[in-house]
Amino acid sequence: MAKRAAPEVNAGSMADIAFLLLIFFLVTTTIEVDSGINRKLPPMEESEEDVVIKQKNIFTVLLNGKDQLLVEDNIMELKDLRLAAKEFLDNGGDKSCNYCKGKKDAASSDNPDKAIISLANNRETTYKTYIAVQNELVAAYNELRNTRSQALYGKSFTELEADYKDVNWPGNKDNLKKKIDQIKADYPQKLSEVQE
Amino acid sequence: MSKFTKKKGGELPAVNTASLPDIVFMLLFFFMVATVMRQNTLKIENNLPFADQVDKLDKKDLVMYIYAGKPSENYSQYGNQARIQLNDNFADVKDIAAFISAERATKREELVPYLTTALKVDSDANMGLIGDIKQELRKVNALKINYTTKKGSVFGRD
Repeated sequence: MAKRAAPEVNAGSMADIAFLLLIFFLVTTTIEVDSGINRKLPPMEESEEDVVIKQKNIFTVLLNGKDQLLVEDNIMELKDLRLAAKEFLDNGGDKSCNYCKGKKDAASSDNPDKAIISLANNRETTYKTYIAVQNELVAAYNELRNTRSQALYGKSFTELEADYKDVNWPGNKDNLKKKIDQIKADYPQKLSEVQE
Repeated sequence: MSKFTKKKGGELPAVNTASLPDIVFMLLFFFMVATVMRQNTLKIENNLPFADQVDKLDKKDLVMYIYAGKPSENYSQYGNQARIQLNDNFADVKDIAAFISAERATKREELVPYLTTALKVDSDANMGLIGDIKQELRKVNALKINYTTKKGSVFGRD
């Protein structure tokens, strides 16, 4: 038997396969976007007018140099902070807040609009702990807003915001903006920071 | 004898190289997918903390980055306390004002109010430094900040 040369594989379509792959990756690749907690710093102006805030409307969170947490003069674990903050914000002590589900404890905050969370940290506090505390406090606000939004519009606040940012969302954006603002007004984020 | 003479047509067939470009393309794709673009060369350790209540930081052209953390091994002569890095160099707290105004000068005037300062700070840095940075930012009226974090639970890995 004469030795036959192996038949050549047709490689003409290889380029097409490569191009298909290229296009697939081009379409699906998203350049990584950074994400983080957005905050707004208070402006520098020295307004000397003292605003009187009742002690019961302030929720003090203290972080010491050893990363320990003191909430309303009690030592607390980080995992309990979210719930404590939610209870404080949603308390509705003066009964003017008809959507609050809290305990209506007269010794705690009057209503979500008046409730202020004050976060103080030491110079020695590590950044990691600080971010964790910030995260828990923001989470408390977000959870309350989600519940409120679910009750009003049948959709969570996070979804509303995602819709608002989505360019392809078919509904009426002005309407949506009003809904978002409504929720934000119901639970305004009042977080003040102090550094020792 | 004819057994040992080379046959004219019996040479090894040339290796087909038609697929070579494709292999190269594959490599190209791999690097395209795996590459993370980074604007600055970091001279510090930058192990970001975890958080899960995060917002996306889109519109990259409207972001100014301030890095902070312990100098990395190659730069240990700068000490082991957390330091600030602006662009490609170590900087001092008082350099921030100049940095912000330089960044602002490169942007169109109408976009300046929308600029956000992203703080990329190592999780082990202490808050004293961050407090100083924030104070400096307030002085130059750069009030929108973002604590850049990785996505994950705050209780999990550290």
